[in-house]
Amino acid sequence: MNLNELPLWLEILLSALLLLGGLFVLIGAIGLVRLPDFFTRLHAPTKASTLGLGAILLGSMVLVSVSHDGVSLHELLITLFLFITAPVSAHMMCRAALHQRLKIAPGTRNGEYQGLTLARQQERDSSRLP
Amino acid sequence: MLSTVLLIVLGMVMVALLLNLWRLFRGPSTPDRILALDTLYLNAIALIVLFGLWKDAALYFEAALLIALLGFVSTVALCKYLLRGDIIE
Repeated sequence: MNLNELPLWLEILLSALLLLGGLFVLIGAIGLVRLPDFFTRLHAPTKASTLGLGAILLGSMVLVSVSHDGVSLHELLITLFLFITAPVSAHMMCRAALHQRLKIAPGTRNGEYQGLTLARQQERDSSRLP
Repeated sequence: MLSTVLLIVLGMVMVALLLNLWRLFRGPSTPDRILALDTLYLNAIALIVLFGLWKDAALYFEAALLIALLGFVSTVALCKYLLRGDIIE
């Protein structure tokens, strides 16, 4: 692929998409390091990193489609799969964290409902067992 | 311009991977470590896709798809293990 033969507007668009994606991935990782407790840390990678990855994959899709003849749909498959599975895995991790009774940061709104959520979850789980 | 941008974004993703590794080693609780692993595979997909663009090889997309599938399954299995003490009941 000759990267230097693209028109200028396309090059600017692709650079913007890739830079935006890299920036959001980096922001997600910084949030993972900096935020105070697990439940706030869960937000950073599952939202920012997914968006960043979507932007990178979109840029990659446009670049491959333009530089090779024909539309490239591999990246669309990955994007679709990630956008379906990211909320599911975030939900599973949050349930595991609730089950472990992790500490919540002081100042969390509605933090007193943690025990209630846990009780309801355990009730549902025990009713499902034989 | 585009190859410079690709290098910059590759550097950004590498820094993100290092920060994730820090959380993986530091993480005070097990869900923190699972979250770090989850983010690690997401960022590895980004790194592989960018590397495939840089090398202009289509093979890397299949690798990224495989990592996406296996990463999701492993996250769910680890959470299931924490929740129920068993993966397949």
